[in-house]
Formats: sequence, C-alpha cells, structure tokens
Amino acid sequence: MSSSPAERAPAPAATAPYVRIDRLTKRFGEFVAVNQVSLEIPRGEIFCLLGGSGCGKTTLLRMLAGFEVPSEGAIYIDGVDVTQVPPYERPVNMMFQSYALFPHMTVAQNVAFGLRQDSVPRAEIEARVTEMLALVQLAGYEKRKPHQLSGGQRQRVALARALVKRPKLLLLDEPLGALDKKLREQTQFELVNLQEKLGVTFVIVTHDQEEAMTLAARIGVMRAGQILQVGTPTEIYEFPNSRFVADFIGSVNMTEGRLVDDAPDHVRIDCPQLGGTVYVDHGVSSPPDAQVSVAIRPEKFQLSRDRPPQQDNLLSGVVTGIAYLGDVTRYLVRLPTGFVLKVTAPNVFRHEERLAHDETVWIHWHASAAVVVTR
Amino acid sequence: MTGRRSFFVLSAMVFGFAFLYLPILSMIVYSFNASRLVTVWDSAHSPTLAWYVELFHNDQVLDAARLSFRIAAVNATGAVILGTLAAFALERYTRFRGRTLFGLLTTAPMVLPEVITGLSLLLLFVALDQAVGWPSGRDATTITIAHMTFSLAYVVVVVQSRLATVDRSLEEAAMDLGARPWKVFFVITLPLIAPAIASGWVLAFILSWDDIVITSFVSGPGSTTLPQLVFSKVRLGVSPDINALATILVLIVSVGVAILGVYMMRRDRRRARDAQAAFAVIP
Amino acid sequence: MNSVAGTGLARAVGRLRGSGRSAIGRWFVIAVPYFWLALFFLVPFLIVLKIAFSNIQLSMPPVEPIVTWAGDKVFQLRLHFSNFTFVFGDDLYRAAFLNSLQVAGISTLFALLIGYPMAYGIARAPGTWRNILFLLVVLPFFTSFLLRVYAWMGLLGRNGPINGVLLKLGIVAEPLQLLQTDFAVYLGMVYSYLPFMVLPLYTAIEKLDLTLLEAAADLGCRPTKAFFKITLPLTKEGVFAGCLLVFIPAVGEYVIPALLGGPDTLMIGRVVWDEFFGNRDWPVASALAIVLLVILAGFVLLLQKVQAREKEAA
Repeated sequence: MSSSPAERAPAPAATAPYVRIDRLTKRFGEFVAVNQVSLEIPRGEIFCLLGGSGCGKTTLLRMLAGFEVPSEGAIYIDGVDVTQVPPYERPVNMMFQSYALFPHMTVAQNVAFGLRQDSVPRAEIEARVTEMLALVQLAGYEKRKPHQLSGGQRQRVALARALVKRPKLLLLDEPLGALDKKLREQTQFELVNLQEKLGVTFVIVTHDQEEAMTLAARIGVMRAGQILQVGTPTEIYEFPNSRFVADFIGSVNMTEGRLVDDAPDHVRIDCPQLGGTVYVDHGVSSPPDAQVSVAIRPEKFQLSRDRPPQQDNLLSGVVTGIAYLGDVTRYLVRLPTGFVLKVTAPNVFRHEERLAHDETVWIHWHASAAVVVTR
Repeated sequence: MTGRRSFFVLSAMVFGFAFLYLPILSMIVYSFNASRLVTVWDSAHSPTLAWYVELFHNDQVLDAARLSFRIAAVNATGAVILGTLAAFALERYTRFRGRTLFGLLTTAPMVLPEVITGLSLLLLFVALDQAVGWPSGRDATTITIAHMTFSLAYVVVVVQSRLATVDRSLEEAAMDLGARPWKVFFVITLPLIAPAIASGWVLAFILSWDDIVITSFVSGPGSTTLPQLVFSKVRLGVSPDINALATILVLIVSVGVAILGVYMMRRDRRRARDAQAAFAVIP
Repeated sequence: MNSVAGTGLARAVGRLRGSGRSAIGRWFVIAVPYFWLALFFLVPFLIVLKIAFSNIQLSMPPVEPIVTWAGDKVFQLRLHFSNFTFVFGDDLYRAAFLNSLQVAGISTLFALLIGYPMAYGIARAPGTWRNILFLLVVLPFFTSFLLRVYAWMGLLGRNGPINGVLLKLGIVAEPLQLLQTDFAVYLGMVYSYLPFMVLPLYTAIEKLDLTLLEAAADLGCRPTKAFFKITLPLTKEGVFAGCLLVFIPAVGEYVIPALLGGPDTLMIGRVVWDEFFGNRDWPVASALAIVLLVILAGFVLLLQKVQAREKEAA
C-alpha cells in the first residue's frame, strides 16, 4: 500500500469518495435503528460516528463490517457495491470494543489469523506479523496468550490484527473505551500516528466526545438513527447546527429567545430567562420574531468584580457554586431572573484572589460567542 | 459468623458427608471379606482378594462390562455431536420456526421419569419394526439410540451454558478476518467450548454406563449390560463379587475425579499468576 | 428505471448467494438434532398416547389398532377410554400414585434439610477446601447409582453392620427388619438424590453477596435472623431448582423401591414396570405413564407459576 503525502491528504470534493453510504436504513422489526443515512468519506480520513447509546452508530458500523444486512440502501467502498458481501469477503476489518482476541491463540497466531484465511504463504505471514507487531511496539510478545497481556497491550494486538490484512477500511468500535484515563491519552496519539503512517481509512464509533475530538478529522453526530451534523471537531463544537448537537458536545448554557432586531450583519435576541438581549455579530436566516435557541459555552464568558465598559452582552449575578479543578474553575452564577449560568474561568495566576460564594459578579461575552440555532 | 452457627454447619457437613460416603466405604471394606454371607466378617480368612479373582474370571461380567463400555462410548460421542448442534441452534439462532418445541424436546428427557422414556422408546421400536422392518429385535443399537436420546439433553445444558459465555464478537472477529462460518465454528467456537464438550461427553458416558431402567425396556435377550447384570444379581440379595466390582468402579472414578481436581486447582493458580504477571508490567 | 430494476435483481441474487451457504449450514444445525428428537422422543410419545387409548389383545404387539380399515373407503377410529377409567377406578393405582408423591415429597424435604447446611458449609469454606468438598459431592454422582443403592442393602440387612451395632449396644434384642421397608426406601431416595439437591443450592449460596450479610449485621440483625431474612430468601431459586431435581425423578423412581422396598411398597414407577413386563398390559401401562406425566407436568407448571409470581412481585 503506497502512502505518498498527496494520497494521504483528504481528497478534494470533486473526486469520487472512497466510502459512500447511500440512504442506508436498518430496521429490527418495528424499530428503525438507522434511518436513511447518507455519508461520504474520502480515502485516508479518520471519520468518527459520535452519539449516545441506541443512536444507531453501532448498527451503522456493523453494516459497514457486513454483520448486519441493510434493510435499504447501499454501501460502496472504492467504487464497489459491497452491500451484500458477507463479512469474510469484505476488504474491511474491525477492531472490536472488547478486542475479541482469541483466548486460545498466542499473540502471533491472533495477528496471523486473517492472513491465514487468505492462504498467504507462511514466510510472508511471518514477515508481516513481525512487522506489524513491531509497529505497535509489541515485538517480543509473540508467544504470549491474551490473558497474559495488560489492557493496553491487548488493544495494540487487536489493532495489529485488524491492520495486518491491509484493509481498505478499518472500523474501530470504541477503541479506547476499555482503557483507563492515563493510557487513553497516550494511546490516542499513537493511534493517529499509526493511521498517518499507513494511510488506512478509519471509521470510529464512540460515545465519548473527547475521544472523537482528538482522533477524528471529521465527526458525524448521530441521534435516533440519523446523522444530525457532519463536520470537523471545531465546526461541531463552535458551529453546532442544532440544539441537540450544541448540548451533546461539551457543556453549554442553553436558553430560548425571540429575534427582535434582524439585520444582515447582526441580530439581537430577547432572552427573558437571561433578563436582557443577546447581541450576535452575524445574520441569522430566520424570519423576524422567530423563536430561536441561544447557546453559549461556559468558557466564552468573562467574569469580573467590576463592571466592564461594554453595553451589550452584559449581565450581573451572584456566585452560588464553585468547583476548583486545577486548570480551570467552574462557577454557577445565578441571575436576577433565577436562571443559573455555567461559567468556566481559566486559572491563569497562581496567586489570585478568587471569587467567593455569594459574591456579585459581572458577566460579559463577545458578540461572536453566542450560537443561534433554530431547531 | 458466630461460633454456634459454624459449629452447626460443621456438624451438618460431617453428618452429610458421612451419610454420602459410609455406604460406599462399607462396600469397599466388605469386598475384602472372605465370608459368602457378605456382611458377616470372617476374621479368620479376611482380608482376601478372592472376590476380585472370581470377578476377573467371570466371563458374563466381563462381556457385560465390555458391552456397556462400548455402548457408553458410542452414546457419548453421538450425544455430544447432536447435543452441540442443538445447543448451537438454541443459543445462536434465536428465531426459527418450531424453536419452542425444539427447546422443550431438548429439556424434557431430563425431567421425564425413566420408566416413561423407556416405555415410549420400546413402543417406538416395536412400531418401527412393524412398519419398516427396522430394528428387527432389540440389541446394542436400540440401547445406544435410547441412551443418546436422553443423554443428549444433558449435553445441551452443559454446552449451551458454556456457549452463552463465549463472546460473540470473537466469532464476528474471525469472520471479519476472512473465516467462513463453518471455519469460524471449528477454529474459534469449538476450541472455546471444548471443556464443556468434554464434560458433556463424560456426563453422557456415565449416564449410559449407569442406566438400568431405560436399558431394560429397549434391550434384547442377546444384549445384557453391566447394570442389567448387576441388577438381576442384587435383586436376589447381596453378593460379595458385586462389592468387588463396586470397589473397582469407585476406585476408577475417584482417580478420575482426583486428577480433574488437581488439574482444576493448578489451572486456577496458573491463571491467577498470569493475570498478576500481566498487570505487573503496566508502566 | 431499467437500471434500478437491474440493481435490485443483482442485489437479490447477491443476497441469495451470500446467505445461501450459511442458510444451508443453519438448516443443517437445526434439522439434525430436531429430526432425532422428533423421531426418538416426540413420536414415541404419540405412540404411548395412542396405545393408552387402545384395547389389549393377544398378539405382538399386544394392542388392538385404534385406526382400522373398515372397507368402503372408511377408516374407523376407536378410542378406548376404558384404560383411563380403569386406572382411575382402581384403588391400587390411586394408592400407588399417592404413595409415590408422598415418598418423593418427604424425601425431597429431608434432602433439603440435610443438603442446605452442607451446601452452605461448602460455599463458605476457604478456597481449596471448597473445590475439594465440591468434588466430594459430585463424586458419588459419578459412581454407579445402582451400586450405591445396593450398598444400603448390605448395611440394612438382618446381619448387616447397622443391626450389628444396635445389638451390640443392647438397644435392640432382636435384629430389626430394616430392609424391604418404607423406611429403607426413604433412606435410599434421600441418599441417592442428595447431590442433586446440594449442587444447585451451592451455586445459589456461592453467588450470594456477603456484604449483604455484613450490612444486615451492621444494621443490628442477629446471624440466625439474618439467615432467615436475607440468605434463605435470596437463595430461593436454588431451593426451587434442588427440590425439582429431587422430586421429579423420585416420583417415577423404580430401582430404589425395587431393591430396598418391600413387596407392599407401592410406587408408580414400579407399577408401570410390572404392568408392562409382568402383565404385558401395554395399554394400561401407557395410560399410567400418561397420568404420571400429566401430574409431573402439573407440578413443574405450578412451580414455574409460583416463581413467575415471585419475580413479578420483586
């Protein structure tokens, strides 16, 4: 498999997508697990399906692997319709959430398993297994059985086993889910490095947004069998297209409002829960007087004891909760309307007179901070 | 736990195990008794191995033992094959027509009184003989078929419960890596359920080796199994060579169980050590 | 339009080809054991049912066919309920059924009383001991059932060691008639089926979370009370399973009453056997088998219903 830099870069929109999912639907009896999902993934991308349990992401992944036959729609990989191809004939491999390492086989036998099914010559199997184990830093572990490995080592064996067949597409089901926090952070970067080195297209399923944000080039947020938004991590976080996405990714203050001043370059939204208006420095494609939702991330606020000079996007409230987390401090600030805002402030200075309970504070945010969503 | 309660539990256990083992021990002791009156200890000539010698010169006993062994082995092998298929069907194919009836058929032979199973099988063989001329008369074949039918149920229980613990993603992973369904079964599933299949085989063997009621219904004049022979002997009263036979069988089983026990304990210890070793290397 | 139809067809063919082989495999896996059980378990059963409704006749097999060719393209179906009226009308059979249920019930109770403390002790024993004790319970199961019953014939005999001890201690002046009594049957039943009681109880007790008892003690519950309030209710499943495993085979037991019981020990398994082999009355034996089956099925269903209600309540 060649991996010149040109090939590794995400393909421009004009070329045919490497993986194409066309109006895919899966029903289990009455229940629609995946509903008319269409998706295009360029070669060499890490794509992440993110969603809560029961959103259909695992079913979608299993259809890509061939374990579930779609009720409707089609899957194309590298231009070939694989919708009806059984899993053992697909150029797709999967890394399972439980790793699914064969407990009665050694590490080397596990990694060699896929190559053996294709009747690859013995010498080549040996060479490729050795190479793959070296790549995941498990050289010397060939003779061990899975139960003699730590969690992180098992994860790397599973990865090596799935990659050794050089699949066109690698599916990863919660790849870091079974690791503890320290190991996850380390493994995340290893995984991305490996993917860049091999240039294999990854589709990852996860419910963990941090995992999705660090691993993926693009994320598809799923809910109730549908993909709500596809975009880069930044797009998903900063420009969510719906209440659900804004709420699902990260922490957010969500409030309802009515468009009162609708200009092409700015809007003003009356938010009774905040007891004031929110000024946004871009236009919104909604009719005047429309009901909209306003989402502001906790870290977009600036807190101060003294009243800042600005007139717009300024509120005052009383501190009712403080959680010191080291890098940041989370505050709960109750507005005169009774609405409680979540505010995150970085701890820039070591010696700082921090805000105390029941203190009155001013809250200000930039005109670009608020996200307006209509659904 | 208070002293009083653990004393109660302890004495109950001593009583229970004494209850289980004293009769067996008495058989062993009396097998060395010279007296033909079995339970009257002839201290002048005992202990003696006379009954063992007599047993090994008794062609009737040896023939019956050989027949029983053959039937039990064939039965166990057949029951394991059929039982594994049935367990696989019940555990992996959750929806097919007639599944409820199938589930019932696989468990019913376990709870059915042996008299009924034996009776119904005999009636079947008679009806089949009349209808298609097979089996003409009853022999080792009919006994084996009957034994397979009821010991199959036990194999299903053992294998199915093991199969339920096998992570299905292991089978999916093998398929994902290019193994066809049949190969997945033989390379992945079968090795993983092998311990259950082995215990199923042993169980089926013992059930067949031990069976008297069903065998009596479906056996013919030319086929007398060991339990049948023993039964016809002991119906007439206690007999010293039966004590010797019992002692030999108990000895074989005890050795087998002891080996199994040692193996199990070693395996547990090794597993614990491996797990410890694995987690010690985590940085 | 045409191309849509074309891809649809291609896909249908693909589906057939893709699933074709696995469908055959699946069919094979289900059909082989299914066929076996249907032929050697279900069909025999229907034959028993059929014979239960026919008349005895002097032939081989000694039954009258219930469906006969009456000429003129007419089949005659003759069902004889006489076997059932005979079975229900005869005091002997009724006594045999009642006695079987009584013997099985009392034996089950005693097996539970002996088995529960044993299972408890094994489940709470330290690691290595637990394995050894567990194997000691299993071991008798692997040694011949017949020979274990036979062992009691020696022990209970007129010249047997039990009478010997009783005589020596001066408790009795004459050897007691222990063998061929109902007492011997009860003893044999409890003895033979005790492992079946202990094993499910052991599994249930071992699963029990010990912190529950600690919590109970912490809240001021004394151990004896904790046993009845916590341990016993939480191991009820094991009790049900154990009782079922002892009771069901005990009802239809043949070997134990035949070897240890007296000539007047009436148990239904023995009666079926005697009707079949002794009297060669296949229809009556079949009718008895059907009635026995209905009784046992009733018990199983009743127990299932009780368990289901318990689960619902919980």
